[in-house]
Amino acid sequence: MYQILLREDLVPGIHLFKVAAPKVASKAQAGQFVVIRIDEKGERIPLTIADWDRAEGSVTIVFMEVGTTTHRLALLKAGDAINDFIGPLGLPTHIDKFGTVVCVAGGFAVATIMPIARSMRQKGNKVISIMGARNKDLIFWEDELRSVSDQLIVTTDDGSYGRKGLVTEPLKELLEGDEEINRVIAIGPSVMMKYSALTTEPFGVDTIVSLNPIMVDGTGMCGCCRVSVGGETKFACVDGPDFDGHQVDWDLLFARQRSYLDEEKCSFDQWQSQMDSK
Amino acid sequence: MAKLNLNRVPMTRQDPKVRGKNFDEVALGYNEEQVKAEASRCIQCPKHPCTTGCPVDVDIHDFIKAINEDNFAEAVTIIKNKNSLPGICGRVCPQETQCEAHCALANKDAPIAIGRLERYVADWERQNNPSTTPATDKPKPTGKRVAVVGSGPAGLTAAADLAKMGHDVTLFEALHVAGGVLMYGIPEFRLPKEIVQTEVDYVSSQGVKLELDAVIGKIDTVDELLNSGFDAVFLGTGAGLPMFLDIPGENLNGIYSANEFLTRVNLMKAYLFPEYDTPVSVGKNVAVIGGGNVAMDSARCALRLGADNVYIVYRRSEVEMPARREEVENAMEEGIIFKFLTNPKRFIGNDQNWVTGMECYEMELGEPDDSGRRRPIAKEGSEFTIDVDVVIVALGTTPNPLIAATTEGLDTTSRGTVVADENTGRTVKPGVWAGGDIVTGSATVISAMGAGKRAAADIHAYLSEL
Repeated sequence: MYQILLREDLVPGIHLFKVAAPKVASKAQAGQFVVIRIDEKGERIPLTIADWDRAEGSVTIVFMEVGTTTHRLALLKAGDAINDFIGPLGLPTHIDKFGTVVCVAGGFAVATIMPIARSMRQKGNKVISIMGARNKDLIFWEDELRSVSDQLIVTTDDGSYGRKGLVTEPLKELLEGDEEINRVIAIGPSVMMKYSALTTEPFGVDTIVSLNPIMVDGTGMCGCCRVSVGGETKFACVDGPDFDGHQVDWDLLFARQRSYLDEEKCSFDQWQSQMDSK
Repeated sequence: MAKLNLNRVPMTRQDPKVRGKNFDEVALGYNEEQVKAEASRCIQCPKHPCTTGCPVDVDIHDFIKAINEDNFAEAVTIIKNKNSLPGICGRVCPQETQCEAHCALANKDAPIAIGRLERYVADWERQNNPSTTPATDKPKPTGKRVAVVGSGPAGLTAAADLAKMGHDVTLFEALHVAGGVLMYGIPEFRLPKEIVQTEVDYVSSQGVKLELDAVIGKIDTVDELLNSGFDAVFLGTGAGLPMFLDIPGENLNGIYSANEFLTRVNLMKAYLFPEYDTPVSVGKNVAVIGGGNVAMDSARCALRLGADNVYIVYRRSEVEMPARREEVENAMEEGIIFKFLTNPKRFIGNDQNWVTGMECYEMELGEPDDSGRRRPIAKEGSEFTIDVDVVIVALGTTPNPLIAATTEGLDTTSRGTVVADENTGRTVKPGVWAGGDIVTGSATVISAMGAGKRAAADIHAYLSEL
């Protein structure tokens, strides 16, 4: 069992757990993920690692309430425990001195991009970060991301905070500007990653995305997470989750992510009716 | 000499019509009367050739003798001296090609049903333990520490044997339960998970420390284990990476590896969805590609989940199928439709990216290939389409490269398997042994157990000289 040391409600529907997992903490690196299973009847889902504290032996995850598992997770409090917490899985993000790196985060992926931006900066890169959310109420970790960036641009879809529009707009302007951009890391909802990659493609700037297909074991055993990159089938859990955004077959990813829409609805409805009856 | 009794006692099985709709065990095992009747047929021949057919050297004639003397506790002890997992072996070992093939009565087509006897003894113990079973003597601690990586059949066997020799053993498992393929691969109706758990608990009771959720190579590497106080490491990580056909359309929704399908059903209990959170797509028309035990397991799971038509699509003919005969017969009885000499060419999908059809070639058999089986050749212009909405690819697995990629100085083959001595399991890296599917590629539970056993003996010899 893995105890939740701290719970923080970042914004409505998005929560942070700091979990006691010394072995995972001792090896975690930016860009990796864990697979969790809440309890005996729970499914295994991947969650990216937002932070870690090797001395404390803790790993921080940030998640959004989407389906049954994340809603059930959101009911847990500090002191509660999660049955299984497996990691660190996947390959770490390739951190090197590239020059100027733009880190683009869509939605709650600001938590995923944080350790990457930090590592990129520590490596001597100039880091320009762009974070986008639907509206002001969903903005979190602005100061945190600013603290590991040389420049931070905030966008909201409705203009209620920062710049109005999508993250791809400032990204395009940066690419068109005078400063040479050497690498882009774009993480967030799949459609946001797709359009970020499409934005950078004409400029020929290497663009890394972190893919989030459905997974079961997360260790290369089942092949559920297969994605097509450059025409080759890859397993996101062991070959990724980071891939060259210009080579990803996005439509395949979207389609495979929708494999269980009916079952997800069935599961969620059942869970809700259980909750209602309590 | 008494007249030979050639009437092998049949084992009761659930009716095919009934069992095709439930996940309960198909084979119901002997009752006491049946077990005694079967055991009494053993002629106790002096050379006991049966044992030579057993990869873990169980003293078969002795345990049968104990059954005949009504001493089931003694039978348990005799088996467990050599085999820590009898309830599993009694169910899934291919006895017909091992111990039973060597039985003196095999040439009369009536070998003793050793597997069924073993199963009965293991089940007897589970129901009577611990009141009547003698406790094994606690071994004297040697002070040596061994890390066993992977808790499938090879790892469980190596861990139990090493612990019985007094070594301090830690067993690392990547998944959230121990048992490896016994838990995630082999279905409940062929190997109830309660039985696997009981035998895992037995291994733990021998002093083995079990660490679940521990992906070696991601947390500690093998070198870190060796540098942090472990005197030896045994790698029994299996062949975990599924193979695909590499034909067009293979990433359509509804196309599973057998590993994924079986993991969802067995490990995650998708057959109890939505009570359990993990779903699986069942489909009306399911095609399973492959002819091994895993293909049979997948097909029979799909049937039990409610599919209307389940096909086994195999590129060779019935005689070349690698699956156990018993499992093929079970599948046929249950109504699985076999399409022999058929091989998929491509998958066809709809606008939702969901598989709707599978275009296949008719095949014919040519000259034998490297495997000794006749090579299947596609007939030109023979293409036809089968309507399917779920496909399960059961073509075998290759080793997960994680261990090899994170361990300095391990020798691997082009197939990704780890090179280890066949008799001792020693790898070229000092202090590291390997056995089971990680060395051989996909094989059987018992051959992995045999490798675990031989490696444990060699590790013990090595540690005794440290």
